[in-house]
Amino acid sequence: MMPPPSAAVQHDQPLIEIKNLSFRRGSRLIFDDISLTIPRGKITGIMGPSGTGKTTLLKLIGGQLRPDSGEIWMDGQNVHALSRSALFALRQRMGMLFQHGALLTDLSVFENVAFPLREHTRLPESMIRDLVLMKLNAVGLRGARDLQTAELSGGMARRVAFARALALDPSLVMFDEPFTGQDPITLGVLVRLIRDLNAALNLTSMVVSHDVAETLSIADHLYVLADARVIASGTPQEIQAETSPWVRQFMQGSADGPVPFQYPAASLQDDFYLSTSLEHSA
Amino acid sequence: MMRPVLNVLAHLGRAVLDALARMGRWFVFMLALFPALPASLLRPRLIVDQLYQVGVLSLQIILVAGTFVGMVLGLQGYSILATYGSAESLGVVVALSLVRELGPVLTALLFAGRAGSALTAELGLMKSTEQLAGMEMMAVDPLKRVVAPRFWAGVMAMPLLAALFSLVGVLGGFAIGVGLLGVDAGSYWSQIQSQVDFREDIVNGIIKSIVFGVVAVWIALYEGYDCLPTAEGVSRATTRTVVNTSLAVLGLDFIMTALMFNV
Ligand SMILES: Nc1ncnc2c1ncn2[C@@H]1O[C@H](COP(=O)(O)OP(=O)(O)OP(=O)(O)O)[C@@H](O)[C@H]1O
Ligand SMILES: [Mg+2]
Repeated sequence: MMPPPSAAVQHDQPLIEIKNLSFRRGSRLIFDDISLTIPRGKITGIMGPSGTGKTTLLKLIGGQLRPDSGEIWMDGQNVHALSRSALFALRQRMGMLFQHGALLTDLSVFENVAFPLREHTRLPESMIRDLVLMKLNAVGLRGARDLQTAELSGGMARRVAFARALALDPSLVMFDEPFTGQDPITLGVLVRLIRDLNAALNLTSMVVSHDVAETLSIADHLYVLADARVIASGTPQEIQAETSPWVRQFMQGSADGPVPFQYPAASLQDDFYLSTSLEHSA
Repeated sequence: MMRPVLNVLAHLGRAVLDALARMGRWFVFMLALFPALPASLLRPRLIVDQLYQVGVLSLQIILVAGTFVGMVLGLQGYSILATYGSAESLGVVVALSLVRELGPVLTALLFAGRAGSALTAELGLMKSTEQLAGMEMMAVDPLKRVVAPRFWAGVMAMPLLAALFSLVGVLGGFAIGVGLLGVDAGSYWSQIQSQVDFREDIVNGIIKSIVFGVVAVWIALYEGYDCLPTAEGVSRATTRTVVNTSLAVLGLDFIMTALMFNV
């Protein structure tokens, strides 16, 4: 059953529905038939070990990657069936904080945040200035407006990207690792900021992170990905009470357990026997 | 026994497949860029910014190179013409060499090294730092916002740079021929005025440099847009831009000369 494309969408319906999604990179299966929903107006946390495909999932939602099978619906629109212009219209309602910032290096901090406004609106300069300074103020960087992006630290760059992601007042914001590289004070401010903005602007947020404590504290609902599947989902309390060894290992950060610390590889013996024998023959 | 032969065949096959795949991507890039071109003309600010990067910043090398090439033409032309007692034709020889051939061709080669490589490196870096992907997620088409203005700027800058190259070249030839070697100044200019044909020489030279401009920016932008998003990928793409542009310009110059100046 498909929701009607543009008809009034009920507000108890999830903003994003991912149905039976499979995706592979080369021969490696990143997602194996996963389904999940992102409820409207809530903060959804996505956790999982490094390399499971959290960033990939956000790129799939943004329509930058195409699934091998399955569908992603946002607000009654099938993201991957849209025309290019319809996809671009949809993206104006998404803000994305890239894992590495992705700031435009030939523009200043101010111009970076102003960029989406200049591209998509015809606001007068004075209003753009006010909007940009408001967003920068929220992330504590109003005073850094004239810096070039090369002059920013990693954590500052991410906060500028944060401000830019909010510039167009999107209805969905996807944060890819917003907490990495932030000092404890900034981190606390960011956590509060995401929560406050989400409530005040009636946003829907997705927070991708492997900072367990922060994500648990901020999210209304969580998904834990590992091994190409969703291994757990629920409220923070439910996830913490989860007893499966996969989830326990991830939450406690232990190296031993069902989730492999190593990227798939040949056995240690094979790898090292080979190299020692080479050394001998050389 | 058969192993080396098979290896060579495998290499050859892979090279051919690579080349075909690159041509395919080149073609796709062309098809994607075409519809983005007209819209970007409506945003002259972006084109002017790029004209500065691509054109104004190339001025120095173009002016210096043009002057020296003109001076060399003055020396060489004089020594040959003087043996036939027709040193007063020096102006025509210098002007025609520059306007028909050396201006457009050398400008394009210098352009590839100065501006083309910079365009490729810039786009490649924007790609590897996810700036292009970031733009797409902000619903901004990088082909329209980033690539198309650079295309127009390159195509506009090339004929202007070539004209300046020829101009300072003629002046360089004048300095050597008239100032140093004693050719009559009046005949230097009057010969140029009477012998250089507007349609036949100047317009053809401009057409050449427009074609070179299209080819040079197209290659530079394609290589940057298509490169592997790594440090090595960007550096390779930059090299390819200079090499491929140079070869394409020289090959096209031969073809166009054969078609234009039916000798
Ligand atoms: N461009 C690419 N080409 C091929 N494989 C890729 C590419 N990008 C990512 N991958 C692979 O896809 C998998 C998932 O990558 P992704 O970036 O989504 O992980 P992640 O969960 O965001 O990890 P992290 O927490 O470290 O950011 C990784 O195993 C990676 O090797
Ligand atoms: Mg990631």
